Amino acid sequence: MTNETKMTARHVDVFYGDKKAIDDVSIDIDNGIVTAFIGPSGCGKSTFLRSLNRMNDTIPIARVTGEIKLDGDDIYASGMDPVALRARVGMVFQKPNPFPKSIYENIAYGPRIHGIAQGKADMDAIVEKALTRAGLWQEVKDRLTDAGTALSGGQQQRLCIARAIAVSPEVILMDEPCSALDPIATARIEELIEDLKNRYAIVIVTHSMQQAARVSQRTAFFHLGNLVEYGDTEQVFQNPQETRTKDYITGRYG
Amino acid sequence: MLIAVVLAVVAGLGLIGWYTARAKARLLYTGRGSMRATANYHGLHLALWIAIPALIAFAVWTAVSPGLVNEAVLADPAAQMLPASDMERASILAEARAVASDPSTVAFNPLANRLAEPMRSAQTQFGFIGIALVLICALAGGGYAWTRIRADFPARSRVERGIMLLLLAASLIAILTTVGIVASLVFETALFFRDVSPWSFLTGTHWSPGNAIGADIDDNFGAVPLFWGTIYIGAIIAMIIAIPLGLMSAIYLTQYADAKVRRWTKPALEILAGVPTVVYGYFAALTIAPAIRDFAASLGYQNPSTESALAAGLVMGVMIIPFVSSMADDSIAAVPRAMSDGSLAMGATRSETIKKVVLPAALPGIVAGVMLAVSRAIGETMIVVMAAGATARLTADPLASMTTVTYQIVQMLTGDQEFDSPKTLSAFALGLVLFIVTLILNIIALRVVKRFREAYE
Repeated sequence: MTNETKMTARHVDVFYGDKKAIDDVSIDIDNGIVTAFIGPSGCGKSTFLRSLNRMNDTIPIARVTGEIKLDGDDIYASGMDPVALRARVGMVFQKPNPFPKSIYENIAYGPRIHGIAQGKADMDAIVEKALTRAGLWQEVKDRLTDAGTALSGGQQQRLCIARAIAVSPEVILMDEPCSALDPIATARIEELIEDLKNRYAIVIVTHSMQQAARVSQRTAFFHLGNLVEYGDTEQVFQNPQETRTKDYITGRYG
Repeated sequence: MLIAVVLAVVAGLGLIGWYTARAKARLLYTGRGSMRATANYHGLHLALWIAIPALIAFAVWTAVSPGLVNEAVLADPAAQMLPASDMERASILAEARAVASDPSTVAFNPLANRLAEPMRSAQTQFGFIGIALVLICALAGGGYAWTRIRADFPARSRVERGIMLLLLAASLIAILTTVGIVASLVFETALFFRDVSPWSFLTGTHWSPGNAIGADIDDNFGAVPLFWGTIYIGAIIAMIIAIPLGLMSAIYLTQYADAKVRRWTKPALEILAGVPTVVYGYFAALTIAPAIRDFAASLGYQNPSTESALAAGLVMGVMIIPFVSSMADDSIAAVPRAMSDGSLAMGATRSETIKKVVLPAALPGIVAGVMLAVSRAIGETMIVVMAAGATARLTADPLASMTTVTYQIVQMLTGDQEFDSPKTLSAFALGLVLFIVTLILNIIALRVVKRFREAYE
């Protein structure tokens, strides 16, 4: 996959009630690479992430203005079905949230509601492929009927990634996917992100600057609802253009 | 009368004890850290030592003295004329007691008037003994505590223990009352089963206690039609109404309604739970039941009855809606938001998310809510008394009049009844069955809820 632009945001504001959480953010998200959103707590990076697949719609008081496009189509246009959008823009959450079902059913859930699989054999193949890509197949292939919630935290998070992959999304949004995991499980997820990045456009929100530096090719630094700086990860970390970015990266606040 | 005097005396003694003990303890104060408890705690400690033994003595005496009074009265020469039967003897003594406390009462039995005088003197005599006993206990307790007022006495922690015991006693009263109710049910039920075999009671299909005389007594106490009526009205018809409506309203309120709608629909639904059941009863009897009768007539029913299982069941179902919906509401709200977010983020619609993720996760709580609702519905009395009818009938026809366990209990115990006839005693057997069934339902439901809560915490 080439580094073409997958999503574009132009002059995006997000409001919670009267409070402006995101102020005039414009950004391009490219295919085939990992884009990291970093910034101190409360800077709006997760809020912005959730507006990329319209998950903010589930919060009654949230309101998004501006323009966000996926492959050139405005995702907030009246003709756009948020349900169809979310099948194309998958999401992995902060805390692993497997459904209270078997491992198999966790993966089969998405393909089933979208009618992707043709029969049982096809579904089995989809489940195996998704689990393999998520690096979980070897660990769970003999216990697909066990409850998804019985896995360890790191395995649960990989199950959630496999679940997102199973509906063949084009973009995967990850909202601090490692914040509830131990260092070893975190390392596994980071390897997984590395393996997946060629197939999807991946956006990861993270608190850890080291993680952003390790996994991403592009980094966006948010502060108080503003996009302060956006560029190649190497450049942002080694040679930030803005003093606020520099102060944050060198640990002066955050 | 006596109880007011005793309580006032005990309170007065306690107050005096508190002041004097406090004053004495203050004299012991020689500086900072010289005492293990403040003077006030010494006062409280002494007051508790006055009140608690006195009240225990009074409680014991109230339980024992009526027996002693009766014995004293029976020793009177006039009591020789009392009949031998325990029942009659007890009723005459009861009358004598009434005359003794209020001389204007007219007794049926002239003997009661004769015995009133010895009764009154015995009561006075034992009353004085009782007061004396209470006083002795109060003074003994107070005296004991008085000797303990020393600088190194830990009055504070003793008072703490006393208060703990007081609270324990308060909670024991509720438990003991339950135990007492169960014991009386079991006792009366045992009396009933001396006359009627438990087997034919639990499995017989013919219920007409009015005809129960002589040898065929077993055949007239078959309670199956009552059990069936109870289950049919409370657990089937009512639940067909309450489960879907309660569940759907809970789903709407938790998943779809915005804050504005929730603000008035939720309280409105809860008002339904606050309507007295007797109001539901006449709503059923005056509005629903005639409508159902007319409907039955229009279907070509011959002589449809005004009372029907359907009328009672429908109204009971409406009454139960808030129970089902509030339990379902709680358990749906307990499903972590992350779980439904996960499903929505996969591109599932709201209703797919509810059907496939939220409801399965909330199911144990919902099931528990339904069980609690059933246990309430089968114990419900007023609606069935007013709308279901009195005919014990084993039928699946919802338009027929039917009777329930609760209705029959009311029937057996109201009006003039002999208290030792099987007919009256059957009410206790029915009550015991009802109690056991609802108890089991409640225990299972609470267990399920507890397990479910643990799973998400």
